[in-house]
Amino acid sequence: MAIPLNYNLNSLRVRWSSTVVAVLGIAGTVGVFVAVLALAKGFKTTLVASGSPGNALLLRGGSTSEMSSAISLDQEHIIEDAPGVARDSSGPLVSGEVVVIAPFPLKATGTDANVQVRGVSPKALAVRNIKVVSGRFFQPGLDELVVGRNVAGTYSGFDLGNTVKFGGGTWKVVGVFDAGGSAFDSEVWADAHVLNGVYKRPENNFQSVTVRLTSPEAFQHFKDTLTSDPRLTLDVERELEYYDKQSRALTTLITVLGTLVALVMGVGAVFGALNTMYSAVAERSREIATMRALGFGTGSVVTSFVFEALCIAFVGGLIGCLGVLPLNGMTTGAMNWQTFSHLAFAFRVTPPLLVGGIVFALIMGVAGGVPPAVRAARARIAVALREL
Amino acid sequence: MVRVDGSGNGSSLVRVRGLDKKYQRGSEEIHVLQGLNLDVDRGDFVAFMGPSGSGKTTLLNLLGGLDLPTRGTITVAGDEITHLSGGKLTTWRARHVGFIFQMYNLIPVLTAFQNVELPLLLTRLSKSERKQHVETALQVVGLGDRMHHYPRQLSGGQEQRVAIARAIVADPTFLLCDEPTGDLDRKSADEIMDLIDRLVAEHGKTVLLVTHDPVAAARAHTLLHLDKGVLVEAHRAGSTAGGRN
Ligand SMILES: Nc1ncnc2c1ncn2[C@@H]1O[C@H](COP(=O)(O)OP(=O)(O)OP(=O)(O)O)[C@@H](O)[C@H]1O
Ligand SMILES: [Mg+2]
Repeated sequence: MAIPLNYNLNSLRVRWSSTVVAVLGIAGTVGVFVAVLALAKGFKTTLVASGSPGNALLLRGGSTSEMSSAISLDQEHIIEDAPGVARDSSGPLVSGEVVVIAPFPLKATGTDANVQVRGVSPKALAVRNIKVVSGRFFQPGLDELVVGRNVAGTYSGFDLGNTVKFGGGTWKVVGVFDAGGSAFDSEVWADAHVLNGVYKRPENNFQSVTVRLTSPEAFQHFKDTLTSDPRLTLDVERELEYYDKQSRALTTLITVLGTLVALVMGVGAVFGALNTMYSAVAERSREIATMRALGFGTGSVVTSFVFEALCIAFVGGLIGCLGVLPLNGMTTGAMNWQTFSHLAFAFRVTPPLLVGGIVFALIMGVAGGVPPAVRAARARIAVALREL
Repeated sequence: MVRVDGSGNGSSLVRVRGLDKKYQRGSEEIHVLQGLNLDVDRGDFVAFMGPSGSGKTTLLNLLGGLDLPTRGTITVAGDEITHLSGGKLTTWRARHVGFIFQMYNLIPVLTAFQNVELPLLLTRLSKSERKQHVETALQVVGLGDRMHHYPRQLSGGQEQRVAIARAIVADPTFLLCDEPTGDLDRKSADEIMDLIDRLVAEHGKTVLLVTHDPVAAARAHTLLHLDKGVLVEAHRAGSTAGGRN
């Protein structure tokens, strides 16, 4: 049987002040680690929420984002006739869309930030299952805007009935829509034809086409039909996959940078833990020797001190996790690097991230606990017993 | 019978033959034990005296399997411990040795009860059996009412009695006491020696005691002096060397 756990727990309680540095080091590291991953997670969640499982997104073949894509109205008509396209009373649920970027003043600072303005079909609401929560949707052919709820809250000038100027046109704000926390909440929508006209872009040209399918299962047949059509060279993707890909670059960047920072901090935290545990072992060398004299083996001593280090790490990890928990749901903005527009999203501190934080803490505990524990077990009993 | 001339027969509980211990201190070599012989029977109570630095602690550490000799053999109850590997020696200590130290060496963050329970954690006893053994041991040393006190809440004499309870609780083959009264006043020291006397007389324990205190040493059946690395029998008034009371 092992050295009783209350030996370590009581020792920790008695000399808690010497563990503070180690605990805080690990807490800080875990806090940064979890916060960064929560940021990446929130960003990804927001973008991926923009896709619906039953939707397909079409871009010109070889395009990586809407910005570099072009699809003609003729092509759109072919798409409308493809199998699997959902319909309502007004016809196929297909939205040919264009995007532009326009600067608007932030409420908080008064300085301009970029907003993605999307020209959509009047059917865009039905295609995406998005609802107007105040005012109304734009009238086709008019210079009217509906804005995502984040835009209404973040930028000044978007009150209902106001007019705003951009792209050489004057627009009237007629409604606010709720896109359920997705990236569309950070967008401004107008009629695609009107937007093309104002921006003097070729009429009858879109950048992307979003299609509502009769069901997610209809996708494969829909895609096969379009990709084998010799009149078209289009990339057909599930909308979810497109946004997942769009989020990947920034998510990866945040994750890699954040992990690097956490690792560097982790090295420091491990040294803090090593320091604490080495001094614990040194202070208690006669206790350890006594246990060894009583017949506890080297394995028991190693286990005992590693357990003690793990307790310190666990408390540190817990504090780190609790510290970042209030960030959960806190909204922030970031540049959507694909389009250089301002995208609002929230930290998402999920249970798996918290578990990851605790595991990271425990790994630091092992790294900081094993060498001192081995030293404790290796000490020669007869020599250690002579020390006072 | 206690013998120091290597003439003991095979029946001794503890048999030491040709024990050498050298320490290296820098370039200097200290030859502490030099071909020491010793035979101790079951139930004996032996005291070792000798000037500071003569090697008394060294001898007890070797007898208790805390250190290995440079040369020579130690056999306890038929087991030659000088050939045991580290892990086996640890297991052997748990079964056969009860240590009592000058500084008590209680674990400060554990109660008297928990300190005394430690050796039992290395046995197969159940929790309730352990509780029973611990309570008995603490009652033997007269601390049945101090079980849940921490060492810092006890006097030196009481701490040493807890340490004695810890040493006897697993019923070891012999007790090794290194100056158990060295840190105590006369009265507490006498109480500790009374207790050790009783362990020998009433419980049949075998005790090897190192002490600087002639009063304490006088309690032993046999008094040995450590002199120039070997043991010699001391001649005392009122007692036959090597005899039993
Ligand atoms: N680990 C060691 N390394 C070097 N020398 C040692 C070591 N341990 C003990 N010694 C030396 O061995 C000699 C005997 O020491 P030991 O502690 O056995 O003496 P002792 O008789 O118990 O003395 P005291 O009465 O002061 O306790 C001393 O000279 C001591 O300095
Ligand atoms: Mg000594």
